[in-house]
Amino acid sequence: MNKFIFSLVTVLLLLLAACSPTPTQTPGPVTLTIMTHDSFAISEDVAQAFEEEFNVKLVFLKSGDTGAALNRAILMKDAPEADVFYGVDNTFLSRAVQEGIFESYTSPVLAEIPEEFTAGLSGVVTPIDYGDVCINYDRAWFAASGLEVPGSLEDLTLPAYGNPQGEGLLVVENPATSSPGLAFLLATIAEYGEDGYLDYWRALKTNGVVVVNDWETAYYTNFSASSGKGLQPMVVSYATSPAAEVIYASEPLTEAPTASIIDPNTCFRQIEYAGILKGTSNPELAQRFIDFMLSPRFQEDVPLQMFVYPVNPQAGLPAEFLRFAATAEEPAVLDPVIIAINRDEWIREWSEVMLK
Amino acid sequence: MSLVRGARAFLNRSGLLLWALPLGMFALFFFYPLFTILSTMFSRAGEIIPSAVWEPLLFTSYQALLSTLLTLLFGLPAAWVFSQFDFTGKRLLRTLTMLPFILPTVVTAAAFNALLGPRGWINVLLMRLTGDPTTPINFLNTFTAILVAHVFYNIAIVIRVVGSAWSQLDPRLEQSAGVLGASPWRAFVSVTLPLLRRPILSAALLVFLFDFASFGVILMLGGPAYQTLEVAVYTEALRYLNLPMAGLLSIIQLACTLGITLLYGRVNRGRVVPLFPRLRGEGVRKPRTWRERLIVSMTVAFLFTLQVLPLAALVTRSVTRLEADRGQRGEVQTGLTLDFYRELFVNKSQSLFYVLPAAAVANSLRFAALTTIISTTVGTLLAFAMVKKPFAHRWLDAVVMLPFGASAVTMGLGFIVAFNGTPLARGAFPWLIPLAHSLIATPFVLRAVQPALAAIPTSLTQSAAVLGASPFRAWWEVEMKLISRALLTGALFSFTISLGEFGATSFIARSDTPTLPVAIFRYLGQPGALNYGQAMAMATILILVCALSLTLLEQLSSALNGAD
Repeated sequence: MNKFIFSLVTVLLLLLAACSPTPTQTPGPVTLTIMTHDSFAISEDVAQAFEEEFNVKLVFLKSGDTGAALNRAILMKDAPEADVFYGVDNTFLSRAVQEGIFESYTSPVLAEIPEEFTAGLSGVVTPIDYGDVCINYDRAWFAASGLEVPGSLEDLTLPAYGNPQGEGLLVVENPATSSPGLAFLLATIAEYGEDGYLDYWRALKTNGVVVVNDWETAYYTNFSASSGKGLQPMVVSYATSPAAEVIYASEPLTEAPTASIIDPNTCFRQIEYAGILKGTSNPELAQRFIDFMLSPRFQEDVPLQMFVYPVNPQAGLPAEFLRFAATAEEPAVLDPVIIAINRDEWIREWSEVMLK
Repeated sequence: MSLVRGARAFLNRSGLLLWALPLGMFALFFFYPLFTILSTMFSRAGEIIPSAVWEPLLFTSYQALLSTLLTLLFGLPAAWVFSQFDFTGKRLLRTLTMLPFILPTVVTAAAFNALLGPRGWINVLLMRLTGDPTTPINFLNTFTAILVAHVFYNIAIVIRVVGSAWSQLDPRLEQSAGVLGASPWRAFVSVTLPLLRRPILSAALLVFLFDFASFGVILMLGGPAYQTLEVAVYTEALRYLNLPMAGLLSIIQLACTLGITLLYGRVNRGRVVPLFPRLRGEGVRKPRTWRERLIVSMTVAFLFTLQVLPLAALVTRSVTRLEADRGQRGEVQTGLTLDFYRELFVNKSQSLFYVLPAAAVANSLRFAALTTIISTTVGTLLAFAMVKKPFAHRWLDAVVMLPFGASAVTMGLGFIVAFNGTPLARGAFPWLIPLAHSLIATPFVLRAVQPALAAIPTSLTQSAAVLGASPFRAWWEVEMKLISRALLTGALFSFTISLGEFGATSFIARSDTPTLPVAIFRYLGQPGALNYGQAMAMATILILVCALSLTLLEQLSSALNGAD
């Protein structure tokens, strides 16, 4: 009996040893770890530029979606896994600040950033980019049907955009599971107030609004202008999605197949921030990295990597953005503190009305 | 000398060596992170909402029960056909039915969408035929979709686990019953079925636990109206940041898993009937009567529709251009293209996180190979320990199954909290990934091997010993030979579980070692027909890699065991 155990264990260990690469313990440059969400992306040469300038190795720790990544940082605040956290947005910001995971830092570059993004931050986190969550529509569908594109949230409750018997023309994401879904819910709360937004959603429900759990399903399964060719010609997505449709088209396009509704108070502006995690062993480098994220080099990289807008007005925008993407002139605005206090309550109330 | 001998005798008697490695693995990589994270969760601020427990608990149980019954209903006839008959394309079909098991849910959702979605092949075809502009089949975001997807995922468990036991049954038993005057049906009910009770219950337990912990299928195919415990843990922990509530829901899910496994142990008690082994392929024959032919062809047709068509729809989708054409809705413009595959090799946005398909394949295969080695070793040791040195059998049996009931979110966070800063998390190789996969894969190996081992008559090893074989030789030549088929089944499941796992991986994977599912997900995160096409192409590569690996493993086993 013993023999076979020994042979099994030996075989196991030998195989494991053969498979595992030998760890390299060369004293290289210092490492700076940036914890972020799965949507984070950066050009190779931009990352390299920073690494070379400061003789540092950048490690990116992608930790799920915004909520997951932030929760991970909060859980690990006593023994932080990273030096910098990038990607907390204005719907989650107050929670992160309350939990005290960030070390204060005011970048000198912040002076160049418009007040819209820096107001009320009190030097804890630094705004990096923003994007508008807006309704995208299928241009061809609207052209063919002769129906006018809705110009306000109120329009969406009109019978013309609905189908009392079944599925209407709009698909939205569940705010409990999706970050654009939450942003759109906040836009409706900004427009109709805490007392009125549930009635608005009841009207949408009567009009046959379709609710799915995640952006992937909404966009790729239900939206008629995407590859899934679904049934709904309107979807809650980003104002930059039309530009992505052109850049990542399967054959060259001269026109975007989709467009965003950017009328006043129809979009919610998500602002993403970066902060230095308390307990970092490289506060100096972490500060330099925050400065770097605000510099034109990084800021100009942001649009095509993550399909969001840079906060630094000096950063030039790529041609595709100028032609096909849009920003809302008057996005819906809600105070992050009010969001932090009520977010969970709003989502639970919304679920009661929409999913039961 | 005598001390050493005494120690050896003790070790032998107690089976401590057999138990040490498996129990050590579970203690270190399951219970330690689990307790760490649960105690962290309950120490955080948050509120317990009792009303938010019942609804997901009831729905979870209901859908799991229904899904399991359906999987058995369709899986058992298929297991019978595979174990008794020889037919053209049998091997290929057996490999193909295993494939759904690997697919990350996001790909399964895309596959069902390509087949049954509003503009899926079937709806488009029906709309062409009837000329009716409304979609005839509304499949996505329904309860039916959840059930169908669960059968799609788990029918392979029933086919493999029950099928391999069925093919080991001595046909002479049923034949004797026939000689003694029993009708075929009576012989089946009173001879075959009791002998198959254990494997059927084993398979049913695995299927039930998988359905009970269902996450992606519920989220992506069921839609927001349906919530399992696993989904509730995810929303409480990561959206509401209400950790105590997430902890409570995790504990309830674990308790249910434990309870069900204990119940299974109780039902499954009773004497194991030792069975004399059959030769490979003995009793397997071509269908002879028209009834047999009908049953075989119906099974093949059913499996083809359920398992192969969605995959085929997805593969087709990866070579088809379906640009949203302006002004011509309903008409699907098709054009064949290899662009999506070509583009996989281009880092279009110069991203730092771009991964070559080959690198993602290599990462996935490496994790899968390690998972297979770890889980077959640990699972076989456990099976021997449970059969030869039984000790608190029912409880340990249940403990091994617990990882099924541990929410991926909770475990993922647990691994991070428990192993942060250790060489396992910081070293050059992400060991945590194959270890986490092994926790789920080991029970599969155990479930497959244990019944096979228990069914070996002791007289066989005794005869070997009488004939002069050393204990090692008797073990290797008799027991290992006889469990090799079951072991292979376990290895196949381990390999595929690891290839397709996404939930826990997404927590502990590092961005420099993305697996295939992670790469697929990256493409699906952005709008654009090209991104979607590339995701489909990557999914097709995943399917091909898995089909090839499965075929190789099966070939290897038949080479080891002589002709099939």
